[in-house]
Amino acid sequence: MTPLPAHLASWFAARGWSLHPHQQAMLDRANAPALLLIAPTGGGKTLAGFLPTLTELTQHPRKGLHTLYISPLKALAADIGRNLRKPVDDLALPIRIEDRTGDTSYTQRRRQRADPPHILLTTPESLALLLSYEDAARTFAGLQRVIVDEIHALTESKRGDQLMLALSRLQTLAPGLRRIGLSATVEDPAAIARLLARHPDPCEILHADPGPDPDIAMLDTGAAPPWSGGGARHAIPAILAQIKRHKTTLIFHNTRAQAELFFRDLWLQNDDSLPIAIHHGSLARDQRARVEAAMTAGQLRAVVCTGTLDLGIDWGDVDLVIQVGAPKNVKRLVQRIGRANHRYNAPSKALLVPANRFEVVECLAALQAVRDHTLDGEPRGPGPRDVLCQHILITAASGPFDATDLYHEVTSAGAYATITRAEFDACLEFTATGGYALRAYDRWQRLMQRDGKWQLRDPRTAQSIRMNIGTIIDTETLKVRLKGRMGTPLGEVEEAFAATLTPGDTFLIGGEIVRYESLREMTVEVTRAPGRAPKVAVFSGTKFATSTLLTHRILDLFQQPDWPDLPAHTAHWLALQRTVSRLPERNRLLLEAFPHDGREHLCIYGFAGRNAQQTLGLLVTKRMEETGLHPLGFVATDYATLIWGLDPVTDPAPLFDPSTLRDGLETWLSGNAVMKRTFRNAALVAGLIERNFPGKRKSGRQATFSSDILYDTLRRHDPRHLLLDITRQEALSGLVDFGRIEDMLARIGPRIDLVRLDRVTPLAAPLLLEPGRIPIHGAARERLLAEAADHLLATAGLA
Amino acid sequence: MSGTAFSLAGETLTALPSGALLWPAQRLLTVSDLHLGKSDRIARRTGTLLPPYETRDTLARLDADITAHAPDIVICLGDSFDDLTAAETLPPEEALTLTRLMAGRRWIWVEGNHDPGPLALGGTHLAEARLGPLTFRHIADPAATAEVSGHYHPKATLAAKGQRVTRPCFLLDTSRVILPAYGTYTGGLHSHAPALIALMAPDARAILLASPPRAIPMPR
Repeated sequence: MTPLPAHLASWFAARGWSLHPHQQAMLDRANAPALLLIAPTGGGKTLAGFLPTLTELTQHPRKGLHTLYISPLKALAADIGRNLRKPVDDLALPIRIEDRTGDTSYTQRRRQRADPPHILLTTPESLALLLSYEDAARTFAGLQRVIVDEIHALTESKRGDQLMLALSRLQTLAPGLRRIGLSATVEDPAAIARLLARHPDPCEILHADPGPDPDIAMLDTGAAPPWSGGGARHAIPAILAQIKRHKTTLIFHNTRAQAELFFRDLWLQNDDSLPIAIHHGSLARDQRARVEAAMTAGQLRAVVCTGTLDLGIDWGDVDLVIQVGAPKNVKRLVQRIGRANHRYNAPSKALLVPANRFEVVECLAALQAVRDHTLDGEPRGPGPRDVLCQHILITAASGPFDATDLYHEVTSAGAYATITRAEFDACLEFTATGGYALRAYDRWQRLMQRDGKWQLRDPRTAQSIRMNIGTIIDTETLKVRLKGRMGTPLGEVEEAFAATLTPGDTFLIGGEIVRYESLREMTVEVTRAPGRAPKVAVFSGTKFATSTLLTHRILDLFQQPDWPDLPAHTAHWLALQRTVSRLPERNRLLLEAFPHDGREHLCIYGFAGRNAQQTLGLLVTKRMEETGLHPLGFVATDYATLIWGLDPVTDPAPLFDPSTLRDGLETWLSGNAVMKRTFRNAALVAGLIERNFPGKRKSGRQATFSSDILYDTLRRHDPRHLLLDITRQEALSGLVDFGRIEDMLARIGPRIDLVRLDRVTPLAAPLLLEPGRIPIHGAARERLLAEAADHLLATAGLA
Repeated sequence: MSGTAFSLAGETLTALPSGALLWPAQRLLTVSDLHLGKSDRIARRTGTLLPPYETRDTLARLDADITAHAPDIVICLGDSFDDLTAAETLPPEEALTLTRLMAGRRWIWVEGNHDPGPLALGGTHLAEARLGPLTFRHIADPAATAEVSGHYHPKATLAAKGQRVTRPCFLLDTSRVILPAYGTYTGGLHSHAPALIALMAPDARAILLASPPRAIPMPR
């Protein structure tokens, strides 16, 4: 057993702390090249990750960078910094700890590169930036350890892919580097271990005691939730009662818009004026900081929040977590629950609040999954090539490189272990010349070979490469300020939302109702408008699709003979559906056709998650249009797609023919807006186009043209281009999620049941109320344009 | 491809779905802001390597318009090239296409702000062109009447039944018509931008590109 250095041990003892078994185990395996620790929230896993570092630096003081700590959140890095500095300051240990994020000052950054601290706390993006500098080799030469915190969150996205490529680079610069990954409970630890370790090195996995099962239930609200929507306003009195009964409550919402609406309604009923705040990613930074400070100081009884509070920042004594709306994903739910009672070996307490009838069923399915300890995981494919393109550019920005060396380095990152030399070369070619079939840029290529090594043709482009580092593609947002010369910043709204506003419109931001006045230099100017009914909530927020695990559990629930675990209103609803029509099954596809409101409706219960159901809507309506069924529009939820049109569907099988649908993806869907957005994201990450920076934005005429034009042009003139290939690959998951449609088709086989009814069914009824209806484009849109134009002209007396 | 006819200074003109303007009586076709060679200029100036196909794409659409309407006169209303270097370094294949299009007809290059001065290609180079009652220039002169111009890349948004359709458009009042940008890699300026509101009469219309183009009151 490796002991802690004596004065560290006594410092811990003085605080009544003793090492958990997994913390000791980490210390014992300090020399392992890669180590993954799985521990629940509150298990002291971050400290466990740092123990080997503190021990080494205490016993062998030295200069230079020793440990790099990487977390997905800036705030987390700052939080960890505070906690680590306590023992270091108290014991006057010769250890310098600094953080470096997007918020770090320019002077500090420069100094950090010249004279790095012993422990540097940073984010994947800031690490990539450090690696892009010419002096990266010197900065990282003596690096001993890297700690990746919340690695489960990182490995779900391209940020993780970028990070692992960065680690492969670091390993070359610092060959003795040892890797530690810290993860919450996940369904497949071995998969994360493979990503963490240098391929094909093994990676030992340590499991901390998972602690007691959480105390989790559905909140009894008395009143039944509404048929559709996500507000959960019906639950506010019950939620307020819970807040009163607990010390501090976190109230999670799935979207920022819902959080805003809920927060406002909560305050309207908060007769005791309990201190309740709101926290989400669209709020202005100092507003968020105020909430965080009040939270840490224990001044708040509740915080209404979104995913920004998902990760392990310690906000103090939270003793209840409330999840409003369907959890969508069991793993995330478990992590959110872990936020309550941030103490090891105490059960966390959580309540689920379904916002509509479907969500009642989903919440029950999620409760059962948590009790059964099953977690969802959608497997990720091989490392995305747009991230590799960016990595090649970052490498080039730091200095000349040999293609073969870089290829071998890249394949040492688990996600890229299987990438072929040809695929790598295509990415290199793209970064160098654009990779076009028409070789147009011989004179202007971005990278060129000199003396066998690749380098930037024009070293000045390193600057723009650095400015475009990162894989998080934000929707374009506009700042919102109070009107006036030094207007207070309130937060941000999506550009698409801002575009729908006309002066006088009111909306919610930061719990305040504001009136839209004008758009000035890409800032939305507003005035306070208390008392007015907000016309619209802000921004659509991130749309998470319900996981495969949860949808399967819901389908299984449907097959029960009765539902004693469900509230009576919901059990009755399902029973009625069974009488009137039937309930969807896992290995069959249920379709319901009925007339309603003068239109023919077709409801497709695919249970493939919102994005896939939306894609299915696009593909099926296209097919319907081709066969003369005149679809007019559709709406998609996580469970079903509802299509309306002029003619009834009588023969559904051809609509769901897998090869036809796949054809549709390749041909027609390629022209669709979601594919264009997928392309745009890949083009931004791969470095084909640059991000717009606040303040640098041009607002003039032809200054910018949309990436849609580039996409259309590529499709017409260079259909085999790398970025189109990447776009097709990306379409299998994410916004398009075609992979889940294929899974569903494989699951149902030829078992498609069309039930024809004379009226809307209980299960389909909520879909009629669902927002987010998508009209069918194409001919219908042209006709609409014509009608609207004529109408406008007539109204204006111009016709 | 059917067009939408309107009259300006007593002449009947046709807005084509492509964004070109046809003057049937004079067998004249005019297009504005081709911005040929834009990807090359961007690569030269910023290192960003956009798909280098916009020039052939723009020329292919121009080819289609010329084939369909067989004009005797073609006027390019300025910013035909993204800059002078782009004009001088036009790839041989595209230069050839352009030469073929120019053959057998009068071709007038009106000067733009991106491509002032004469170009090595054939055709006539003018600061502005007058034909019958109409004046063709790159940037509208607020004091002028009977004027055909480009430069602003106008676009307009039509909101109808919960849908918003944004398209490049012609802007039209009794004094002038402003053409949309014809080039493939061109963005647009909303009709409600102050510059366009100041220029266009209160009763101006926007003719949105569609097949056929659709006239609406100019959104301001």
